[in-house]
Amino acid sequence: MKKDIILSGVGGQGILSIATVIGRAALAEGLQIKQAEVHGMSQRGGDVQSHLRISSSEIHSDLIPRGGADLVISLEPMESLRYLPWLAAEGWVVTSTVPVINIPNYPDETALQAELKALPQVITLDADALAREAGSPRSANMALLGAAAPLLGIAAERLEAGIRDIFARKGEAVVEANLAAFRAGYETAQKQTER
Amino acid sequence: MPKRELLLGDEALALGALHAGLSGVFAYPGTPSTEITEYIQGHPLAAERNVHRTWSTNEKTAMEEALGMSFVGKRAMVCMKHVGLNVAADAFVNSAMTGAHGGVVVVVADDPSMHSSQNEQDSRFYGQFALIPTFEPATQQEAYDMVRKAFDLSEHYQIPVLMRLTTRMAHSRAVVEVGEPQEVNPLSYPKQPRQWVLMPGNSRLRYKALIDDYARLENEAAQSPFNRYSEGTDRRLGIITCGIAHNYLMENYPEGCPYPVLKIAQYPLPKESVRRLAAECQELLIIEEGQPLVEQAVRGVLPAPLKIRGRLTGELPRTGELTPDSVRAALGLAPHRAHAASEIVVPRPPALCQGCGHRDMYTALTEVVREFPDGKVFSDIGCYTLGWLAPFHAIDTCVDMGASITMAIGAAHAGQHPAVAVIGDSTFTHSGMTGLLDAVNEGANITVVISDNLTTGMTGGQDSAGTGRLEQICTGIGVDPAHIRVVVPLPKNREEMKRILREEIAYKGVSVIIPRRECIQTAKRHAAAKNK
Repeated sequence: MKKDIILSGVGGQGILSIATVIGRAALAEGLQIKQAEVHGMSQRGGDVQSHLRISSSEIHSDLIPRGGADLVISLEPMESLRYLPWLAAEGWVVTSTVPVINIPNYPDETALQAELKALPQVITLDADALAREAGSPRSANMALLGAAAPLLGIAAERLEAGIRDIFARKGEAVVEANLAAFRAGYETAQKQTER
Repeated sequence: MPKRELLLGDEALALGALHAGLSGVFAYPGTPSTEITEYIQGHPLAAERNVHRTWSTNEKTAMEEALGMSFVGKRAMVCMKHVGLNVAADAFVNSAMTGAHGGVVVVVADDPSMHSSQNEQDSRFYGQFALIPTFEPATQQEAYDMVRKAFDLSEHYQIPVLMRLTTRMAHSRAVVEVGEPQEVNPLSYPKQPRQWVLMPGNSRLRYKALIDDYARLENEAAQSPFNRYSEGTDRRLGIITCGIAHNYLMENYPEGCPYPVLKIAQYPLPKESVRRLAAECQELLIIEEGQPLVEQAVRGVLPAPLKIRGRLTGELPRTGELTPDSVRAALGLAPHRAHAASEIVVPRPPALCQGCGHRDMYTALTEVVREFPDGKVFSDIGCYTLGWLAPFHAIDTCVDMGASITMAIGAAHAGQHPAVAVIGDSTFTHSGMTGLLDAVNEGANITVVISDNLTTGMTGGQDSAGTGRLEQICTGIGVDPAHIRVVVPLPKNREEMKRILREEIAYKGVSVIIPRRECIQTAKRHAAAKNK
């Protein structure tokens, strides 16, 4: 088993929480993990990414080679496209469609959606809306994780246990809200992949 | 079964140090080293053992504090980013002369590709020229295991040890098998107290001993389990890897590398192993993260008996961090098939947070400075360096910690007016105070803005050394209290800020303006903690 995943988004969106949940689940499965993060200057509203690698055998590089990622999971649509050179030919893009427009030259929305649609394997979702409907507007990242879950090669129960772990100290209500967002994302992905 | 934990390289190193009987960590925050100290600050074993773990004012004070702890026999660690070692260099280089008593490990995190830094200097050069043995872990597991070895080596040879990380190692997580903690050292005093007094007569003796020891340390490196010679079937090429470069090599040979490989993770350079590799192979490829330290040493200046490839010959990029792809190209392997880059993606640079006080300070400052034909703003290292970007375009310089005030002084002496310095509160106490004393003593006509957000913001909100005492510090240094002005940087106070700036720029002498409002990030965190 080996999955190479690029997580992307804008500083402050919460991609590291997604990485933490997957990491916990992978650790519980006894897998090897390497996860390169971005700290420091870029976290101030710039583009951020994390290279997450999980495998049943030894992982060497902390960085995923170009053309090597099985998955790009992105909290922001333009940011998902930034990492196309890392995506394997048969890889998947799972992205939220909600743009974060904090720069003056953000690309035209129609062109952006067209480029996403043209990808061979893609799951798109309005992660913000799904999180809101699940009663947890701040859990867009967990909705996105839910949408990527069927492609991760890790049992959904393991991921749910990971979510319980990281939100436990914030109380049961927060845990349940994040689980609801996760499940809403999971269902959306199932619908889109049953084609 | 040993305990398995998912740890950042920084955290693995921190835990390794705690388990090695650490008595104190001394540090100033700096990306990518900050998480080492933060991990120790949050660890129950550190609390239980009362390990010293509060932030120091700068890297030099941190290094000297650690040396003091070592003098009385305890294990001490110093952590900083690469440019921090420039600040600590006086203490660091001379610590090789005093030597260590309790183990001293100096952790320096380099930042090739300058993700969050102003240069990509390679700290291994410091180790080499100070004659200090250097470790460079290739994996998070090595980071954990090496620290204990480094402390043992430090005490055995009575010398501080440098441990070099790079961004990818510092900020990447992996599964680490962790062991049991050992006890901290009892208090004791150096057996050779003379070398701790670096008077010329003592130093001349000690320097000879240090040079002799360095030869022994090379032998240690040759025997080190972290330096490994792997046989290969194809001897047309021999490969030397340093630190995490080894991972990129192996990534490209999942079934095993066909060439002989010398993996280096402990210095001084094990020269005998290099000679063996060169004797067995037709060509050498040297893959190192950072500057070509080993490549230069192996290549020398005289004609080499065999071809040596690396960063100096262009097979690997001369600058920036290595990647599995750049190493792949150097190995002559075809690139992986990949999607084409999107043509509509544009850069997304970082920016000051919405609601940040630095924003209000810059809005007022740029409006006032533009009232002059040639106003210049000398700035410094911190979040507020982002004031160079749109929409502010507010600053003209950023060089090193504290340089805002001192560069403004130099410019003012040359006739520049207005000469404005912008510095953060934590940078001011780190390295700005001595410059302010120069300004007062020299009667420099400068206006200093200490943009006070009550924290060390860029690195994530660590305590700032002068919080609550900035006016007292400035008064103590000799700034006229009538020209120390405090203002709250908020949109509603913009006109007041502009008025104060105009008045103080007009004043012929040193004035200090302190726009003070808590960092928006730490304010959010404090509010959340309160609501719990």
